[in-house]
Amino acid sequence: MHSFVQNFPFISIILSLFGGPLSSILGGKKAKYLNIGIIVLIGCLSGAVLGFVYTNGAYVYSMGHFPAPWGNEIRVGVLEAAMAVFFCMIMLLCMLGGIVEREAEVYETKQNLYYIMVNLLLCSLLALIYTNDLFTAYVFVEINTISACGLIMCKQNGRTIEAATRYMIMSLMGSGLFLLGICFLYDLTGHLLMSNIQESVAAISAAGTYHVPLMIALGLMAVGLAIKSALYPFHSWLPDAYGYSTVSSAAILSSLVSKGYIFLLIKIFYRVIGFNVVRESKVINVLFVFGVAGMIMGSLSAIRESNIRRMIAFSSVAQIGYIYMGFGLGTYEAMIASTYHILSHAATKSLLFIAASGLTDASGDETDFFSLTGAGFRNKMAGIAFTVGGLSMVGFPMFSGFISKMLFARAAVLNSGKMMPTLIALAISTILNAIYFLKTVIRLYTPAKTQNLEKDSFRQISVSEQPWKNVALLFFVILNFALGLFSEPIVALIRNGLGMFA
Amino acid sequence: MSFVNLLGNYEEAIAMILFGIGFSNLLLQKNLIRKIIGFNIMDTSMYLFLALKGYVAGRKAPIVVNGVQSVTAYVNPIPSGLVLTGIVVSVSVTALMLSLTVRLYYRYHTLDLDEISAKLKKEGL
Repeated sequence: MHSFVQNFPFISIILSLFGGPLSSILGGKKAKYLNIGIIVLIGCLSGAVLGFVYTNGAYVYSMGHFPAPWGNEIRVGVLEAAMAVFFCMIMLLCMLGGIVEREAEVYETKQNLYYIMVNLLLCSLLALIYTNDLFTAYVFVEINTISACGLIMCKQNGRTIEAATRYMIMSLMGSGLFLLGICFLYDLTGHLLMSNIQESVAAISAAGTYHVPLMIALGLMAVGLAIKSALYPFHSWLPDAYGYSTVSSAAILSSLVSKGYIFLLIKIFYRVIGFNVVRESKVINVLFVFGVAGMIMGSLSAIRESNIRRMIAFSSVAQIGYIYMGFGLGTYEAMIASTYHILSHAATKSLLFIAASGLTDASGDETDFFSLTGAGFRNKMAGIAFTVGGLSMVGFPMFSGFISKMLFARAAVLNSGKMMPTLIALAISTILNAIYFLKTVIRLYTPAKTQNLEKDSFRQISVSEQPWKNVALLFFVILNFALGLFSEPIVALIRNGLGMFA
Repeated sequence: MSFVNLLGNYEEAIAMILFGIGFSNLLLQKNLIRKIIGFNIMDTSMYLFLALKGYVAGRKAPIVVNGVQSVTAYVNPIPSGLVLTGIVVSVSVTALMLSLTVRLYYRYHTLDLDEISAKLKKEGL
């Protein structure tokens, strides 16, 4: 059965791909409207796709009607479509939330260049979500890296250029290892399409041959993508890149860019190598150890940090650690928990970045911890939003972070070998999260000393002064509550989608 | 036995050694230009590896001449296509890295990344 809706994933990728070059000839304002239009349109198209696959099941879309082993393919299931909708939502809110900062920090004549990068980033994210071809995935990984680099350095000062350089160096190492992994896998199987590789890998592992090269290929791809998504020992580029770039970039980078790579890794586990082979490999133990280390070390670094944006950035390291710890548990339940945490972290971290920028606006652009004293009173909406985000990260009930911690704990109990380390790491990490987030929230609601209030920089920001930022924050808060309170259908959706992967 | 295998596949072994050289240069060098050269060595080693894997001894380049259409007459064309794509990617990334290096050099008059970080700290940005 063919339906026009089946063309939508391809149309979405092409739309955002052409949005990039088109923005280069438009002025800043027009490029902005074009970009917002494209994101909304792609969100709607992806919604239609989600509805279609929900009733009709997953389908494969062959590009140019070349049959399977030769042609390039797009594969759409429930999880892919849901991710596309979710990424569009988050991206739209990030773009709206940072509109004022972006227009102040990027040169007037170069505004449109920013939107080229955003369009290309969206295009590469969609391609990573939908593609069924490993080498296509590699190419779009690189496009993703390049456009993310552009987003970091669009605010031109020494810090951001240095951060972009460090980001590029780490990312290039990651993509080098990833490409090497793909080459190994191509040699072993002779295919580049995910479904064909999976058949060959199943045959290889049933015959018991080529075990070592297969594990090397899996390890190289996993480590490559782990470096790119800033798993703990490879996170050195992250705090600068998130801490000093313009707020939309920081929010998009933390919530979407790293998640695109992680989603690709999930696809590789399920659709390329096969989950049973992955589960029996030692590679997941390595991911588990680094994930647990990241959960604790990331939080410790965040506690020591006095710059609020760098603190939020270090908290990302801890949260990425959670996701990799879920991979390391190697059970079906743990994969669901990790996938849910992708959503939860994306919704919360972008909320925190945008709320933090609202709070620093009310404190004379000081990002220092003590300058934020009483900022929650000066900018009410940002204060509330930051509190919601902080509580969600800590894992307070009703918020999305609670559900993901609960799912992780439940998955850990089902895995007898790794139960104790996981539960202990979860407990320690939760306490550490609570220390730095609640410390900040308390600082936000501590009344400032009167001599500080007389400074010009400490000003009251009314709700109507930053309309778009407050709208974005409001939607982020709603999204957080929605993820926290209606987790049942979302988890069912993820379960359904992961089931379609196999 | 495994050593004999290694000697038999010495081309692949060389590709992997080159990969290691490039990777460690990209990771450990302080000078940005040397890092970029390391990156290029790393990528090129991968093209060597791919090209080797597509090559079948005694066969010709996959271009149809004199009407010979048999599959067994030609080497595997797909790795060549992958190498081409890879070259495009690595050229654009190299260009981007070089432009970043130029920016940093104009600002800080050094190519040493650690020295740049130290100067940034002094700037207090």
